Amino acid sequence: MGAITLDRIMAVQAAYIRCIDSDALEAWPDFFVEDCLYKVTTAENERNGFEAGIIYADSRNMLSDRVLALRKANVYEKQSYRHILGLPSILKNGGDEAESETPFLVLRIMHDGQTDIFASGVYVDTYRAHGTDIKFARRLVVCDSSRFDTLMALPL
Amino acid sequence: MNVNVSNSGGGLSNAAQPMEWPEGELTRIPFWIYQNPEIYALEQQRIYEGPVWNFLCLEAEVKKPGDYRTTFIGSMPVIVARDFDDEIYAFENRCAHRGALIALDGGGHARDFTCVYHAWNYDLKGNLKAVAFEDGVAGKGGMPKTFCRSDHGPRKLRIALFSGLVFGSLSDDVPPIEEYLGEEIAAKIARVLCKPVVVTGRSTQTLNNNWKLYFENVKDTYHASLLHTFFTTFRINRLSQKGGMVVDPSGGNHASFSFIDKSSQEHDYSALGLRSENEDFKLKDTSLLANIDEFGDGCHMQILTVFPGFVLQQIQNTLAVRQILPKGQYQTALNWTTFGFEDDTPEMKRARLRQNNLAGPAGYVSMEDGAVGGFVQRGVASAGGERAVVEMGGTSTRNEGTRATEASVRGFWKCYRTHMGV
Ligand code: FES
Ligand SMILES: [Fe+2]
Repeated sequence: MGAITLDRIMAVQAAYIRCIDSDALEAWPDFFVEDCLYKVTTAENERNGFEAGIIYADSRNMLSDRVLALRKANVYEKQSYRHILGLPSILKNGGDEAESETPFLVLRIMHDGQTDIFASGVYVDTYRAHGTDIKFARRLVVCDSSRFDTLMALPL
Repeated sequence: MNVNVSNSGGGLSNAAQPMEWPEGELTRIPFWIYQNPEIYALEQQRIYEGPVWNFLCLEAEVKKPGDYRTTFIGSMPVIVARDFDDEIYAFENRCAHRGALIALDGGGHARDFTCVYHAWNYDLKGNLKAVAFEDGVAGKGGMPKTFCRSDHGPRKLRIALFSGLVFGSLSDDVPPIEEYLGEEIAAKIARVLCKPVVVTGRSTQTLNNNWKLYFENVKDTYHASLLHTFFTTFRINRLSQKGGMVVDPSGGNHASFSFIDKSSQEHDYSALGLRSENEDFKLKDTSLLANIDEFGDGCHMQILTVFPGFVLQQIQNTLAVRQILPKGQYQTALNWTTFGFEDDTPEMKRARLRQNNLAGPAGYVSMEDGAVGGFVQRGVASAGGERAVVEMGGTSTRNEGTRATEASVRGFWKCYRTHMGV
């Protein structure tokens, strides 16, 4: 089991956004450990200590369920994201567990070509070394704005 | 129609449609009602500033003396504050001097308010208390001796509190809140808001459609199991479930509700071959659907609206209030405030956090509602002279023992037309 390094963190960050932006959502839950916490929230909610998320999953199975719902149940216009990441700041690194913050910008591209800034914010992450991989034990997606245009179908 | 709304564009185009709407007609809705800028301006006057109760915030959001929140009634900015006499007050967020906003943020805690522009000062009731340099400087300038501060101030709202909800009105003619809500709707609000609440989150969804399309959508029990296929798959929201709908006498307020009926294995959807049926759809983590019958009456879902822009939502254990605010005739802000109760156990807290996935901008059973109003708005772009058909369940605007009806949508138009005089 290799130690968590900046290299490996950057690699997993890059692979994560590539997964979502290329519509490979079925592989998205694999970036998380089984008892993960994934939450999309806002800076305002974080400041106020409000716990509810826009999306809240406290198990990897819940992430799989969201993908299934997006594929089979929910109705939304065809769209895709383009995530642009800033550089991760490593806040803590204990070798087999680490924490970082990584700024993001997400453009949403609608089927008719309309492209908008959909969200910006910061990923607040806790990683766990997992065999030869590192996975997210916790990924808090803190959006700078509390406003979301139309709906949030795809995950951030 | 009986209102002075001229058709913009004059006589230039044959496409210009007369804006007609036969009196009392509730089963045909002309699309110009979602498009016309004069209608939009009239709504501010006749609805938001008229004899209605506008939802402002939860009492829990202005809990302590000095707490305040800023919000809107229609397009009018409003401050809601709890003064040190422990009463809640609301007033226009507009300085009496040159009209600047008095409070610039979303809320917080204050002893008083000072306008940033020229420092006029207000108490938490909205009274003008001090004018900077009122007596001039070194004997020069200053306000005339005839200027009386108490003659100047932002417009004040009347306040009504009901079950922890704060409503405001600019009208002296609005009926008392209980009467305004109607007995059945009032009881259904009190059923959910039965004890002190705590806010757990806020967000705003920007809807690219006229506000009425969203308000109608919430009242539209017909679409629920057809557009939102997440629930139908789990037999939580089938039209065949036990439940129903009530509309208050004004037409503007409604509640739809359903009870889980595990015994009924209906085949109405599969027989029709509707899109809602997804036989092989199985959740891996079913804790999302583990409903706790917290109100002890078996009702697992209640969606309630109060004219002109309030929604109280109980979907299983996910509780929220939604405030619908117009932001121009083609845009709407939908403000979500999720909440729980002060006495929630850790298990209940966790259940709510998980079930919140059902509602909100990314909600399994609500995300479509954020988009569908836009589909209508885009669809009717050149159809101002055409009409929507709202005839499910006939012409009634009252209670129905079924949700296969558009009675509450017609109720909305009944109430809307009464207020608007169109
Ligand atoms: S506008 Fe408020 S003090 Fe001048
Ligand atoms: Fe809906």
